[in-house]
Amino acid sequence: MSKPSKSPWVIHYDASSCNGCDIEVLSALTPGFDLERFGVINTGDPKHADVFLVTGGVNTQNISVIQQIYDQMLEPKVVIACGACACSGGVFHSCYNLIGGVDKAIPVDVYVPGCAVHPTQLIDGFIKGLEILDKKAALMSSKKKNKQISQSSGVQAIPSPEAAEHKENSLNQETPVQKEETKRGA
Amino acid sequence: MFFTIIGICIGSVLFALLGYLIGGFVEGCDRRISARMQGRVGPKIRQPFWDISKLFKKEKASTNPSENTYITCALVLLVISGGVFFAGSNLLLSIILSTLSTLFFIMAAYSSRSPFSTAGGAREILQVLSYEPMEYFMAIIFYIVIGSFNVITVSLQPQPLIVYGWPVFIGMLFIQLVKLRKSPFDLSTSHAAHQELLQGTLTEMSGPALAKAKLMHWYETVLMLGWTAMFFLDARPESWIVAVVAAIVAWFLDIWIDNNFARVKWQSMISWCWGITLCTSIVNFIFVSLL
Repeated sequence: MSKPSKSPWVIHYDASSCNGCDIEVLSALTPGFDLERFGVINTGDPKHADVFLVTGGVNTQNISVIQQIYDQMLEPKVVIACGACACSGGVFHSCYNLIGGVDKAIPVDVYVPGCAVHPTQLIDGFIKGLEILDKKAALMSSKKKNKQISQSSGVQAIPSPEAAEHKENSLNQETPVQKEETKRGA
Repeated sequence: MFFTIIGICIGSVLFALLGYLIGGFVEGCDRRISARMQGRVGPKIRQPFWDISKLFKKEKASTNPSENTYITCALVLLVISGGVFFAGSNLLLSIILSTLSTLFFIMAAYSSRSPFSTAGGAREILQVLSYEPMEYFMAIIFYIVIGSFNVITVSLQPQPLIVYGWPVFIGMLFIQLVKLRKSPFDLSTSHAAHQELLQGTLTEMSGPALAKAKLMHWYETVLMLGWTAMFFLDARPESWIVAVVAAIVAWFLDIWIDNNFARVKWQSMISWCWGITLCTSIVNFIFVSLL
Protein backbone atom coordinates (compact mmCIF):
# COMPACT_ATOMS: atom_id res chain seq x y z
CA MET A 1 0.00 0.00 0.00
CA SER A 2 1.19 3.46 -0.85
CA LYS A 3 1.72 6.37 1.48
CA PRO A 4 -0.58 9.42 1.49
CA SER A 5 2.37 11.56 0.44
CA LYS A 6 2.09 9.91 -3.00
CA SER A 7 -1.07 11.88 -3.72
CA PRO A 8 -1.28 15.07 -1.65
CA TRP A 9 -4.32 17.09 -2.67
CA VAL A 10 -4.13 20.75 -1.82
CA ILE A 11 -6.59 23.40 -0.80
CA HIS A 12 -5.21 26.91 -1.11
CA TYR A 13 -6.68 29.73 0.96
CA ASP A 14 -5.60 33.36 0.72
CA ALA A 15 -6.12 34.95 4.15
CA SER A 16 -5.03 38.59 3.98
CA SER A 17 -2.01 39.13 1.82
CA CYS A 18 -0.79 41.23 -1.09
CA ASN A 19 -1.46 38.24 -3.45
CA GLY A 20 2.25 37.91 -4.19
CA CYS A 21 2.40 34.49 -2.56
CA ASP A 22 -0.81 33.39 -4.31
CA ILE A 23 0.75 34.07 -7.67
CA GLU A 24 3.78 32.02 -6.64
CA VAL A 25 1.51 29.18 -5.45
CA LEU A 26 -0.23 29.19 -8.83
CA SER A 27 3.15 29.29 -10.52
CA ALA A 28 4.14 26.16 -8.63
CA LEU A 29 1.00 24.36 -9.82
CA THR A 30 1.10 25.45 -13.48
CA PRO A 31 3.51 24.34 -16.29
CA GLY A 32 6.63 26.15 -15.04
CA PHE A 33 7.09 23.97 -11.95
CA ASP A 34 4.19 21.52 -12.45
CA LEU A 35 3.60 20.11 -8.97
CA GLU A 36 1.08 17.67 -10.48
CA ARG A 37 3.94 15.42 -11.58
CA PHE A 38 4.21 14.54 -7.87
CA GLY A 39 0.47 13.88 -7.70
CA VAL A 40 -0.42 17.28 -6.23
CA ILE A 41 -3.91 18.41 -7.23
CA ASN A 42 -5.40 21.79 -6.39
CA THR A 43 -8.87 20.76 -5.20
CA GLY A 44 -10.72 23.80 -3.83
CA ASP A 45 -12.76 21.43 -1.66
CA PRO A 46 -11.65 21.00 1.98
CA LYS A 47 -13.23 17.53 2.18
CA HIS A 48 -10.96 16.24 -0.60
CA ALA A 49 -7.77 17.95 0.55
CA ASP A 50 -4.82 16.62 2.56
CA VAL A 51 -2.71 19.76 2.61
CA PHE A 52 -3.96 23.19 3.67
CA LEU A 53 -1.88 25.88 2.02
CA VAL A 54 -2.44 29.29 3.63
CA THR A 55 -0.99 32.54 2.36
CA GLY A 56 -1.29 35.82 4.22
CA GLY A 57 -1.92 36.66 7.85
CA VAL A 58 -5.02 36.05 9.93
CA ASN A 59 -7.36 38.95 10.59
CA THR A 60 -10.50 39.28 12.71
CA GLN A 61 -12.78 38.59 9.75
CA ASN A 62 -11.18 35.49 8.28
CA ILE A 63 -10.10 33.63 11.43
CA SER A 64 -13.40 31.75 11.54
CA VAL A 65 -13.12 30.88 7.83
CA ILE A 66 -9.65 29.41 8.31
CA GLN A 67 -10.79 27.41 11.32
CA GLN A 68 -13.84 26.13 9.45
CA ILE A 69 -11.80 24.98 6.46
CA TYR A 70 -9.37 23.25 8.83
CA ASP A 71 -12.23 21.51 10.67
CA GLN A 72 -13.79 20.33 7.41
CA MET A 73 -10.57 18.64 6.33
CA LEU A 74 -10.28 14.98 7.26
CA GLU A 75 -7.36 13.32 9.01
CA PRO A 76 -4.51 12.92 8.17
CA LYS A 77 -3.94 16.57 7.24
CA VAL A 78 -1.09 19.05 7.16
CA VAL A 79 -1.05 22.84 7.31
CA ILE A 80 1.61 24.79 5.42
CA ALA A 81 1.99 28.52 6.09
CA CYS A 82 3.37 30.13 2.92
CA GLY A 83 5.26 33.39 3.09
CA ALA A 84 6.22 35.90 5.75
CA CYS A 85 2.64 37.06 6.40
CA ALA A 86 1.35 33.54 7.00
CA CYS A 87 4.32 32.78 9.28
CA SER A 88 4.21 35.88 11.49
CA GLY A 89 2.05 38.60 9.98
CA GLY A 90 4.90 39.95 7.83
CA VAL A 91 4.77 43.59 6.83
CA PHE A 92 1.22 43.81 8.14
CA HIS A 93 2.15 42.56 11.63
CA SER A 94 1.17 45.69 13.57
CA CYS A 95 -1.98 46.53 11.64
CA TYR A 96 -5.01 47.19 13.82
CA ASN A 97 -7.06 44.39 12.28
CA LEU A 98 -4.39 41.70 12.03
CA ILE A 99 -4.20 38.95 14.64
CA GLY A 100 -0.91 37.52 13.36
CA GLY A 101 0.35 34.42 11.56
CA VAL A 102 -1.77 31.41 10.67
CA ASP A 103 -0.67 29.68 13.88
CA LYS A 104 -2.94 32.07 15.80
CA ALA A 105 -5.92 30.28 14.22
CA ILE A 106 -4.90 26.66 13.61
CA PRO A 107 -1.89 24.42 14.34
CA VAL A 108 0.72 24.87 11.61
CA ASP A 109 3.08 22.06 10.59
CA VAL A 110 5.44 23.78 8.17
CA TYR A 111 6.49 27.44 7.92
CA VAL A 112 7.77 28.51 4.50
CA PRO A 113 9.49 31.91 4.70
CA GLY A 114 9.86 34.44 1.90
CA CYS A 115 8.23 37.62 0.67
CA ALA A 116 6.95 36.51 -1.73
CA VAL A 117 7.68 32.80 -1.31
CA HIS A 118 9.58 31.33 -4.28
CA PRO A 119 8.04 28.23 -5.94
CA THR A 120 11.20 26.20 -5.25
CA GLN A 121 10.97 27.14 -1.56
CA LEU A 122 7.33 26.16 -1.66
CA ILE A 123 8.22 22.75 -3.14
CA ASP A 124 10.83 22.38 -0.39
CA GLY A 125 8.17 23.17 2.23
CA PHE A 126 5.88 20.68 0.56
CA ILE A 127 8.42 17.89 0.90
CA LYS A 128 8.77 18.69 4.62
CA GLY A 129 4.98 18.73 4.95
CA LEU A 130 4.61 15.37 3.23
CA GLU A 131 7.01 13.75 5.70
CA ILE A 132 4.74 14.97 8.50
CA LEU A 133 1.68 13.76 6.57
CA ASP A 134 3.13 10.25 6.36
CA LYS A 135 3.95 10.29 10.08
CA LYS A 136 0.41 11.37 10.93
CA ALA A 137 -1.03 8.66 8.67
CA ALA A 138 1.17 6.02 10.32
CA LEU A 139 0.08 7.27 13.75
CA MET A 140 -3.55 7.14 12.66
CA SER A 141 -3.32 3.56 11.42
CA SER A 142 -1.49 2.41 14.56
CA LYS A 143 -4.15 4.08 16.69
CA LYS A 144 -6.80 2.34 14.62
CA LYS A 145 -5.14 -0.98 15.27
CA ASN A 146 -5.12 -0.31 19.01
CA LYS A 147 -8.77 0.72 18.77
CA GLN A 148 -7.96 3.90 20.62
CA ILE A 149 -9.89 5.96 18.11
CA SER A 150 -13.51 5.92 19.14
CA GLN A 151 -15.63 4.94 16.16
CA SER A 152 -17.55 7.98 15.03
CA SER A 153 -21.18 7.26 14.12
CA GLY A 154 -20.43 8.64 10.67
CA VAL A 155 -22.43 11.82 11.18
CA GLN A 156 -19.66 14.37 11.38
CA ALA A 157 -15.90 14.57 11.42
CA ILE A 158 -14.57 15.03 14.91
CA PRO A 159 -12.04 17.85 14.98
CA SER A 160 -8.72 16.76 16.42
CA PRO A 161 -8.23 17.61 20.13
CA GLU A 162 -5.13 19.56 19.14
CA ALA A 163 -7.24 21.82 16.93
CA ALA A 164 -10.01 22.25 19.49
CA GLU A 165 -7.50 23.31 22.13
CA HIS A 166 -5.91 25.75 19.71
CA LYS A 167 -9.30 27.19 18.84
CA GLU A 168 -10.08 27.82 22.50
CA ASN A 169 -6.75 29.53 23.04
CA SER A 170 -7.19 31.79 20.06
CA LEU A 171 -10.72 32.68 21.09
CA ASN A 172 -9.56 33.56 24.61
CA GLN A 173 -6.89 35.84 23.22
CA GLU A 174 -8.06 39.39 22.86
CA THR A 175 -7.77 40.81 19.37
CA PRO A 176 -6.01 44.18 19.04
CA VAL A 177 -9.36 45.85 18.37
CA GLN A 178 -10.86 44.38 21.53
CA LYS A 179 -7.79 45.41 23.53
CA GLU A 180 -8.19 49.01 22.36
CA GLU A 181 -11.85 48.95 23.27
CA THR A 182 -11.13 47.65 26.76
CA LYS A 183 -8.48 50.37 27.20
CA ARG A 184 -10.97 53.02 26.15
CA GLY A 185 -13.55 51.58 28.49
CA ALA A 186 -11.06 51.73 31.34
CA MET B 1 -31.11 -19.25 -18.33
CA PHE B 2 -29.00 -20.81 -15.57
CA PHE B 3 -25.85 -20.63 -17.68
CA THR B 4 -26.63 -17.02 -18.60
CA ILE B 5 -26.75 -16.04 -14.92
CA ILE B 6 -23.52 -17.96 -14.20
CA GLY B 7 -21.94 -16.23 -17.20
CA ILE B 8 -23.02 -12.80 -15.95
CA CYS B 9 -21.66 -13.58 -12.45
CA ILE B 10 -18.26 -14.63 -13.84
CA GLY B 11 -18.31 -11.63 -16.21
CA SER B 12 -19.03 -9.25 -13.31
CA VAL B 13 -16.19 -10.63 -11.18
CA LEU B 14 -13.76 -10.45 -14.10
CA PHE B 15 -14.96 -6.94 -14.98
CA ALA B 16 -14.52 -5.85 -11.36
CA LEU B 17 -10.86 -6.98 -11.47
CA LEU B 18 -9.83 -6.19 -15.04
CA GLY B 19 -11.97 -3.04 -15.19
CA TYR B 20 -10.13 -1.77 -12.12
CA LEU B 21 -6.70 -2.35 -13.70
CA ILE B 22 -7.62 -1.13 -17.20
CA GLY B 23 -9.69 1.78 -15.88
CA GLY B 24 -6.85 2.96 -13.62
CA PHE B 25 -4.33 2.62 -16.43
CA VAL B 26 -6.61 4.54 -18.82
CA GLU B 27 -7.12 7.27 -16.20
CA GLY B 28 -3.36 7.51 -15.63
CA CYS B 29 -2.71 7.81 -19.36
CA ASP B 30 -5.52 10.38 -19.61
CA ARG B 31 -3.90 12.59 -16.96
CA ARG B 32 -0.47 12.26 -18.52
CA ILE B 33 -1.65 12.97 -22.08
CA SER B 34 -3.75 15.91 -20.82
CA ALA B 35 -0.68 17.28 -19.02
CA ARG B 36 1.41 16.98 -22.20
CA MET B 37 -1.30 18.79 -24.15
CA GLN B 38 -1.10 21.61 -21.57
CA GLY B 39 2.71 21.78 -21.75
CA ARG B 40 3.26 20.02 -18.42
CA VAL B 41 5.07 16.81 -17.53
CA GLY B 42 2.16 15.23 -15.72
CA PRO B 43 1.96 12.57 -13.00
CA LYS B 44 3.06 8.96 -13.25
CA ILE B 45 0.75 6.41 -14.88
CA ARG B 46 0.28 4.71 -11.47
CA GLN B 47 -0.92 7.96 -9.89
CA PRO B 48 -4.69 7.14 -9.96
CA PHE B 49 -4.05 3.90 -8.02
CA TRP B 50 -2.15 5.86 -5.36
CA ASP B 51 -5.03 8.34 -5.17
CA ILE B 52 -7.61 5.59 -4.64
CA SER B 53 -5.45 3.85 -2.04
CA LYS B 54 -5.02 7.13 -0.14
CA LEU B 55 -8.73 7.96 -0.25
CA PHE B 56 -9.66 4.57 1.22
CA LYS B 57 -7.30 5.24 4.13
CA LYS B 58 -8.70 8.70 4.95
CA GLU B 59 -10.91 9.34 7.95
CA LYS B 60 -14.56 8.41 7.32
CA ALA B 61 -17.09 11.22 7.48
CA SER B 62 -20.29 12.09 5.69
CA THR B 63 -23.15 14.50 6.24
CA ASN B 64 -25.63 11.65 5.70
CA PRO B 65 -24.77 8.01 6.50
CA SER B 66 -26.94 6.78 3.59
CA GLU B 67 -24.52 8.44 1.12
CA ASN B 68 -22.12 5.52 1.42
CA THR B 69 -24.91 2.99 0.79
CA TYR B 70 -26.05 4.82 -2.34
CA ILE B 71 -22.56 5.12 -3.77
CA THR B 72 -21.82 1.43 -3.03
CA CYS B 73 -25.06 0.43 -4.81
CA ALA B 74 -24.07 2.61 -7.76
CA LEU B 75 -20.66 0.97 -7.97
CA VAL B 76 -22.03 -2.60 -7.68
CA LEU B 77 -24.74 -1.98 -10.30
CA LEU B 78 -22.18 -0.54 -12.69
CA VAL B 79 -19.93 -3.57 -12.21
CA ILE B 80 -22.90 -5.88 -12.95
CA SER B 81 -23.74 -3.76 -15.99
CA GLY B 82 -20.18 -4.17 -17.25
CA GLY B 83 -20.35 -7.89 -16.40
CA VAL B 84 -23.54 -8.28 -18.47
CA PHE B 85 -21.93 -6.50 -21.43
CA PHE B 86 -18.53 -8.19 -21.37
CA ALA B 87 -20.06 -11.63 -20.76
CA GLY B 88 -21.74 -11.10 -24.15
CA SER B 89 -25.23 -10.98 -22.69
CA ASN B 90 -28.10 -8.55 -23.22
CA LEU B 91 -27.07 -5.06 -24.39
CA LEU B 92 -30.35 -3.47 -23.32
CA LEU B 93 -29.96 -4.84 -19.78
CA SER B 94 -26.45 -3.43 -19.64
CA ILE B 95 -27.72 0.04 -20.66
CA ILE B 96 -30.56 -0.04 -18.13
CA LEU B 97 -28.27 -1.18 -15.30
CA SER B 98 -25.73 1.54 -16.03
CA THR B 99 -28.53 4.14 -15.93
CA LEU B 100 -29.77 2.73 -12.63
CA SER B 101 -26.24 3.03 -11.31
CA THR B 102 -26.16 6.70 -12.32
CA LEU B 103 -29.48 7.24 -10.53
CA PHE B 104 -27.97 5.87 -7.32
CA PHE B 105 -25.04 8.23 -7.84
CA ILE B 106 -27.49 11.14 -8.13
CA MET B 107 -29.21 9.96 -4.93
CA ALA B 108 -25.83 9.99 -3.18
CA ALA B 109 -25.29 13.57 -4.35
CA TYR B 110 -28.76 14.65 -3.20
CA SER B 111 -28.49 12.90 0.17
CA SER B 112 -26.01 15.44 1.56
CA ARG B 113 -28.46 18.36 1.10
CA SER B 114 -25.56 20.63 0.28
CA PRO B 115 -26.42 23.31 -2.32
CA PHE B 116 -23.31 22.45 -4.35
CA SER B 117 -23.91 18.74 -4.58
CA THR B 118 -27.68 19.22 -5.06
CA ALA B 119 -27.00 21.47 -8.05
CA GLY B 120 -24.46 18.90 -9.23
CA GLY B 121 -27.11 16.18 -8.91
CA ALA B 122 -29.59 18.26 -10.92
CA ARG B 123 -26.99 18.72 -13.63
CA GLU B 124 -26.22 15.00 -13.59
CA ILE B 125 -29.94 14.38 -14.30
CA LEU B 126 -29.67 16.74 -17.28
CA GLN B 127 -26.68 14.76 -18.50
CA VAL B 128 -28.61 11.50 -18.19
CA LEU B 129 -31.44 13.17 -20.11
CA SER B 130 -28.97 14.14 -22.85
CA TYR B 131 -27.30 10.80 -23.44
CA GLU B 132 -30.03 8.30 -22.64
CA PRO B 133 -32.08 8.51 -25.93
CA MET B 134 -28.95 7.83 -27.99
CA GLU B 135 -28.14 4.69 -26.01
CA TYR B 136 -31.61 3.27 -26.60
CA PHE B 137 -31.50 4.13 -30.30
CA MET B 138 -28.16 2.33 -30.47
CA ALA B 139 -29.79 -0.74 -28.88
CA ILE B 140 -32.68 -0.59 -31.40
CA ILE B 141 -30.33 -0.31 -34.40
CA PHE B 142 -28.27 -3.13 -32.90
CA TYR B 143 -31.41 -5.30 -32.80
CA ILE B 144 -32.48 -4.39 -36.35
CA VAL B 145 -29.04 -5.14 -37.82
CA ILE B 146 -28.02 -8.16 -35.74
CA GLY B 147 -31.46 -9.60 -34.97
CA SER B 148 -30.79 -10.03 -31.26
CA PHE B 149 -29.94 -7.99 -28.18
CA ASN B 150 -27.16 -10.40 -27.21
CA VAL B 151 -23.73 -8.80 -27.54
CA ILE B 152 -22.08 -12.16 -28.24
CA THR B 153 -23.89 -12.39 -31.61
CA VAL B 154 -21.75 -9.57 -33.09
CA SER B 155 -18.77 -11.93 -33.03
CA LEU B 156 -20.68 -14.35 -35.30
CA GLN B 157 -21.56 -11.80 -37.99
CA PRO B 158 -19.72 -11.70 -41.35
CA GLN B 159 -19.61 -7.89 -41.22
CA PRO B 160 -19.07 -5.57 -38.26
CA LEU B 161 -21.94 -3.45 -36.89
CA ILE B 162 -20.26 -0.25 -38.11
CA VAL B 163 -21.13 -1.13 -41.75
CA TYR B 164 -24.85 -0.72 -41.08
CA GLY B 165 -24.71 1.34 -37.91
CA TRP B 166 -22.17 4.07 -38.74
CA PRO B 167 -24.60 6.99 -38.17
CA VAL B 168 -25.44 5.68 -34.71
CA PHE B 169 -21.74 5.19 -34.05
CA ILE B 170 -21.13 8.90 -34.73
CA GLY B 171 -23.92 9.71 -32.29
CA MET B 172 -22.39 7.39 -29.68
CA LEU B 173 -18.99 9.09 -30.05
CA PHE B 174 -20.68 12.40 -29.23
CA ILE B 175 -22.65 10.95 -26.31
CA GLN B 176 -19.46 9.43 -24.92
CA LEU B 177 -18.26 12.94 -24.03
CA VAL B 178 -21.34 13.53 -21.88
CA LYS B 179 -21.27 10.08 -20.30
CA LEU B 180 -17.58 10.37 -19.38
CA ARG B 181 -18.07 14.00 -18.22
CA LYS B 182 -15.46 15.43 -20.58
CA SER B 183 -14.94 19.14 -20.90
CA PRO B 184 -17.66 20.71 -23.03
CA PHE B 185 -20.16 18.68 -21.03
CA ASP B 186 -18.55 18.28 -17.59
CA LEU B 187 -21.45 20.07 -15.95
CA SER B 188 -22.00 17.86 -12.92
CA THR B 189 -18.38 17.33 -11.83
CA SER B 190 -15.09 18.87 -12.72
CA HIS B 191 -11.45 17.92 -12.27
CA ALA B 192 -10.50 21.56 -12.05
CA ALA B 193 -11.07 23.72 -8.99
CA HIS B 194 -12.26 26.77 -10.91
CA GLN B 195 -15.75 25.32 -11.27
CA GLU B 196 -18.60 27.48 -10.02
CA LEU B 197 -20.09 24.44 -8.30
CA LEU B 198 -16.83 23.33 -6.64
CA GLN B 199 -16.85 19.64 -7.66
CA GLY B 200 -20.61 19.35 -8.17
CA THR B 201 -21.84 15.90 -7.22
CA LEU B 202 -18.51 15.03 -5.60
CA THR B 203 -18.40 18.11 -3.32
CA GLU B 204 -19.67 16.43 -0.16
CA MET B 205 -18.07 13.05 -0.80
CA SER B 206 -14.84 12.35 0.99
CA GLY B 207 -12.46 9.51 1.77
CA PRO B 208 -13.84 6.05 0.86
CA ALA B 209 -17.07 7.44 -0.69
CA LEU B 210 -15.03 9.64 -3.03
CA ALA B 211 -12.80 6.67 -3.84
CA LYS B 212 -15.89 4.67 -4.86
CA ALA B 213 -17.10 7.57 -7.02
CA LYS B 214 -13.68 7.67 -8.72
CA LEU B 215 -13.77 3.88 -9.23
CA MET B 216 -17.20 4.29 -10.80
CA HIS B 217 -15.71 6.67 -13.31
CA TRP B 218 -13.01 4.13 -14.21
CA TYR B 219 -15.56 1.37 -14.78
CA GLU B 220 -17.77 3.76 -16.78
CA THR B 221 -14.81 4.60 -19.01
CA VAL B 222 -14.05 0.92 -19.68
CA LEU B 223 -17.74 0.18 -20.35
CA MET B 224 -18.07 3.11 -22.79
CA LEU B 225 -14.90 2.06 -24.61
CA GLY B 226 -16.36 -1.46 -24.75
CA TRP B 227 -19.52 -0.09 -26.41
CA THR B 228 -17.33 1.74 -28.94
CA ALA B 229 -15.24 -1.38 -29.64
CA MET B 230 -18.40 -3.48 -30.12
CA PHE B 231 -19.13 -1.68 -33.42
CA PHE B 232 -15.96 -3.12 -35.01
CA LEU B 233 -16.27 -6.77 -33.98
CA ASP B 234 -17.17 -9.56 -36.39
CA ALA B 235 -16.43 -13.27 -36.98
CA ARG B 236 -12.81 -12.65 -38.06
CA PRO B 237 -10.27 -12.84 -35.19
CA GLU B 238 -8.29 -9.81 -36.48
CA SER B 239 -11.38 -7.64 -35.92
CA TRP B 240 -10.57 -7.72 -32.18
CA ILE B 241 -7.39 -5.72 -32.86
CA VAL B 242 -9.36 -3.27 -35.02
CA ALA B 243 -11.92 -2.91 -32.20
CA VAL B 244 -9.25 -2.14 -29.58
CA VAL B 245 -7.54 0.38 -31.87
CA ALA B 246 -10.90 2.04 -32.59
CA ALA B 247 -11.63 2.33 -28.85
CA ILE B 248 -8.19 3.91 -28.27
CA VAL B 249 -8.69 6.40 -31.12
CA ALA B 250 -12.15 7.34 -29.79
CA TRP B 251 -10.72 7.80 -26.30
CA PHE B 252 -7.85 9.97 -27.61
CA LEU B 253 -10.40 12.11 -29.45
CA ASP B 254 -12.26 12.55 -26.14
CA ILE B 255 -9.10 13.77 -24.38
CA TRP B 256 -8.32 16.15 -27.23
CA ILE B 257 -11.82 17.64 -27.11
CA ASP B 258 -11.67 17.76 -23.29
CA ASN B 259 -8.53 19.90 -23.43
CA ASN B 260 -9.57 22.19 -26.27
CA PHE B 261 -13.18 23.15 -25.65
CA ALA B 262 -14.75 25.27 -22.93
CA ARG B 263 -17.72 24.12 -20.88
CA VAL B 264 -21.16 24.81 -22.40
CA LYS B 265 -24.46 25.64 -20.71
CA TRP B 266 -26.90 22.82 -20.04
CA GLN B 267 -29.35 24.18 -22.64
CA SER B 268 -26.70 23.82 -25.36
CA MET B 269 -25.79 20.36 -24.10
CA ILE B 270 -29.35 19.06 -24.34
CA SER B 271 -30.06 20.69 -27.71
CA TRP B 272 -26.81 19.41 -29.26
CA CYS B 273 -27.19 15.91 -27.85
CA TRP B 274 -30.83 15.55 -28.83
CA GLY B 275 -30.20 17.14 -32.24
CA ILE B 276 -27.39 14.72 -33.01
CA THR B 277 -29.38 11.80 -31.58
CA LEU B 278 -32.35 12.63 -33.80
CA CYS B 279 -30.28 13.18 -36.97
CA THR B 280 -28.06 10.10 -36.64
CA SER B 281 -30.93 7.82 -35.63
CA ILE B 282 -33.22 8.91 -38.48
CA VAL B 283 -30.39 8.60 -41.01
CA ASN B 284 -29.60 5.16 -39.64
CA PHE B 285 -33.22 3.99 -39.78
CA ILE B 286 -33.51 5.15 -43.43
CA PHE B 287 -30.12 3.59 -44.26
CA VAL B 288 -31.07 0.25 -42.73
CA SER B 289 -34.51 0.18 -44.36
CA LEU B 290 -33.07 0.98 -47.82
CA LEU B 291 -30.54 -1.87 -47.70
